[in-house]
Amino acid sequence: MIKERLRRSVMYAAGNNPGLLQNAGIYGADSVIFDVEDSVAVTEKDSARELVYHALKHLQFPCEIGVRINHISTPWGYDDLEYLLPAKPDYIRLPKGESGDEIRDIDKMITKVEEKCGFEPGSIKIMVSIETPKGLRNAYEIATASPRMIAIAIGGEDFAASLKTEKTKGNSITGGRELFVARSMLVFAAREAGIQAIDSVFSDLRDEETLINEVTMVKELGFDGKSCVNPRQIDIIHRVFTPSSQEIDYAHRVLTVYQEALANKSGVIALDGKMIDMPMVIRAERVLANARAAGIYHKEGN
Amino acid sequence: MINAAGREIPASIEGYKEVVPYAGAFATQPPAGARKAGPKLKAVYPGANKLLNSIDEAIEACGLKDGMTISFHHHFRNGDHVMNMVIAAIARKGIKGLTLAPSSFLDTNDELIPYFQQGVLVAAETSGLRNKLGHFLTTNKIGKPTIIRTHGGRVRAIEAGELKIDVAFIGAPTCDTYGNINGVHGSAACGSLGYAMVDSRMADTVVAITDNLVDHPICPVSIPQYQVDYIVKVDCIGDPKGISTGALRVTTNPRDLHIAKLAAKVIEHAGYFKEGFGMQLGAGAASVATGKYLRDIMLRDKIVANFAIGGIVGPFCDLLDEGLIRTLFDVQSFDARTIQSLRDNPRHQEYDCTFYANPWNKGPMVNKLDYVVLGATEVDVNFNVNVMTDSNGIMMGALGGHPDASAGAKCTIICAPLLRGRLPMVTDAVQTVSTPGETVDVIVTDRGIAVNPKREDLLANLQGKGLPLMTIEQLRDMAYELGGKPAPLKMSDEIVAVVEYRDGTVLDVIRRPLL
Amino acid sequence: MTRLVRPAQAGTIESSDILVMLAPADEGTGIQVELKSPTMQQYGEHIRGLIIRTLQEQGIQDAIIHANEKGALDYTIKARVKTAIRRAAGQRGF
Repeated sequence: MIKERLRRSVMYAAGNNPGLLQNAGIYGADSVIFDVEDSVAVTEKDSARELVYHALKHLQFPCEIGVRINHISTPWGYDDLEYLLPAKPDYIRLPKGESGDEIRDIDKMITKVEEKCGFEPGSIKIMVSIETPKGLRNAYEIATASPRMIAIAIGGEDFAASLKTEKTKGNSITGGRELFVARSMLVFAAREAGIQAIDSVFSDLRDEETLINEVTMVKELGFDGKSCVNPRQIDIIHRVFTPSSQEIDYAHRVLTVYQEALANKSGVIALDGKMIDMPMVIRAERVLANARAAGIYHKEGN
Repeated sequence: MINAAGREIPASIEGYKEVVPYAGAFATQPPAGARKAGPKLKAVYPGANKLLNSIDEAIEACGLKDGMTISFHHHFRNGDHVMNMVIAAIARKGIKGLTLAPSSFLDTNDELIPYFQQGVLVAAETSGLRNKLGHFLTTNKIGKPTIIRTHGGRVRAIEAGELKIDVAFIGAPTCDTYGNINGVHGSAACGSLGYAMVDSRMADTVVAITDNLVDHPICPVSIPQYQVDYIVKVDCIGDPKGISTGALRVTTNPRDLHIAKLAAKVIEHAGYFKEGFGMQLGAGAASVATGKYLRDIMLRDKIVANFAIGGIVGPFCDLLDEGLIRTLFDVQSFDARTIQSLRDNPRHQEYDCTFYANPWNKGPMVNKLDYVVLGATEVDVNFNVNVMTDSNGIMMGALGGHPDASAGAKCTIICAPLLRGRLPMVTDAVQTVSTPGETVDVIVTDRGIAVNPKREDLLANLQGKGLPLMTIEQLRDMAYELGGKPAPLKMSDEIVAVVEYRDGTVLDVIRRPLL
Repeated sequence: MTRLVRPAQAGTIESSDILVMLAPADEGTGIQVELKSPTMQQYGEHIRGLIIRTLQEQGIQDAIIHANEKGALDYTIKARVKTAIRRAAGQRGF
């Protein structure tokens, strides 16, 4: 089984703000996106691009760094790629993805730059945000359009707007219904394609309770992580995505009996009188990977 | 000569007492057989009237003369009207050559600069300097070098007879007609009078200046009538807006919060986080926010602190109310929430500065600290801390109780961002040593944590806890790599201030920078 | 070689940033830098040198620069100077 990179939290940093860029890596986010799209005014696209380029070139970061470019249908999208790819971001985040062709286009550009700059082929990845019904309909195609694809994400506000409704708070009882189907379909597409699914941002910084509810809900739906714009949300997101000690304990026992069974070449595996099947083993592996990343499970192997 | 903090100290300093170099945090003891200094014996008999009509009358009544030493407290912070008002009156009377020895200066004291220029004031002895006055006293030679003392060191100097206060002018939020004072009532309520209590006890003459004169007696009494010579009523002693700002809020700055979270984790794991521990958190953004994260850990682990001390801020009062701290000792109340708590909650105790921090008494509260969390302007690879001079070598801070608490606590944690702007906050050598590195245990920055190598025990406890531990040299290197190694400041040889350690030895000197 | 055709600026006076104002200068007058910085003593020479080097790398020999620096790291200074050059050369880059 290929070990996936953990992306519980994906934090945006505004691309024209040096204070945010240089400190973005210190808060423990699993992944950080330098944004030259929405957070940058039209008149500052050039300066943000230059700043992000130099930040990538000259600073070191403890986590993976992606770059959210302007869509390739805007006047800036291709220039963003051309200018920023040589600085070797870990991935390109494309907003408003609607078709596989867009992804294949970007893939070609990346391949060219990788060759020209001598980067390892395939090392720069792609993450795509789905913000429209059309994008969602094509989500599986998008997710499988390039081997570079690591995740699809839902752009909640934009998606709700394109449905002619608005994004409500993801309260577990009443909220988030407008995105319920979209979120689930996104997870289906991601899982079918074998890549990750990332939920959109929750923008009310003061409302920690609803944030917890919303993260809990999307975790239930199968998402791998959540986007955020403020470092204060990282801990909460990680806490929800971090398995409880009971879950960890159970997962550990599942894997232990599984490995014993493998060693003994025994066909039937049981724990506490219950049959253990493959999905349970895979789930246990995911739980322990999460726990390890959260620093609360230190056993090797498994 | 080089002192025990590694600083070059001249054998003698013009205008300063005999130089005794810093020899180590607890190396210098009181001279054998020495007795405590004290005020002149006086008697006030029944029927006497202490009320005077004006500050002018008070200045005459206390016999203030050229060359004397006067003191003030800084409990009103930037709302203080008393110091400027009294010194203006003194200047009008033509008195000159005074030494000004307040417990600290604040921004509002910039108005005093002309009196230094005119020779009304010729020397300053204090805990801190800020703003234009700090700039003035760093870049101009007045009569004598300014003496910078810790809060505990100031009480020690007073009781050892090194700082002899002739007249203490005490801003009194509430004062009765026979001189009993408290700080919790009145429009200029400031909470604790912890610094003023010392001056009232030790000055030859004590003048209470109040805008809230009430019938005798009051309840509670912080400064008793038997220490007070005269009382003057004026219209206004302080602006409540400058004295306190509502409830001090926990910062929302993500970097400060991040540092605070790390500091709380250091407290959790360093080895003293046990039922009944004692702590002090400074009033800086990261130190206050540490309380927020510590609260979560205390609730989770069901651990209650026996006490917290220091200057007190609102979030600490919340912990007191929640039962997470059993009692607070308050030498200085930083916000309205704290003033209210001191007034209303019997577990919130006012105490004076000798009780808090004096190294030469029979045991100040700092001695009982398990943890103190404090800020820094910069630290160096020897763990020395500077809170006194800024990046241009200008005095713009206060020792406060920083060196006192650091000396007392079992674990001293310093919080600072690794860079301010592009300036590294971890350097080869700090500009001014204000707290010696031998009393500092852990440096917490936003990009890594360094433990003083002499504290192998702490290091062992903190390892494997998911903390970004590194050596202090690694922190410095990271800071230099990001910000660049700063070119040294150009300094003159002229000494403008002496930084005393709490025991009265010379920890460092401040030279006039060549700007 | 880049030719400056009009005055332009880049950056901000937010903390950790630098505001760079760049104007063309007569040939042979060289690069004149006027720098404001809170850490003039520690980094003044370094920042001035970095600005001049960045201009020269873009082939500029003559220019007038006013820079108001607010604690910017080198990468930011470089980026802002390069953006100012591009703008002063008449390219908006978008």
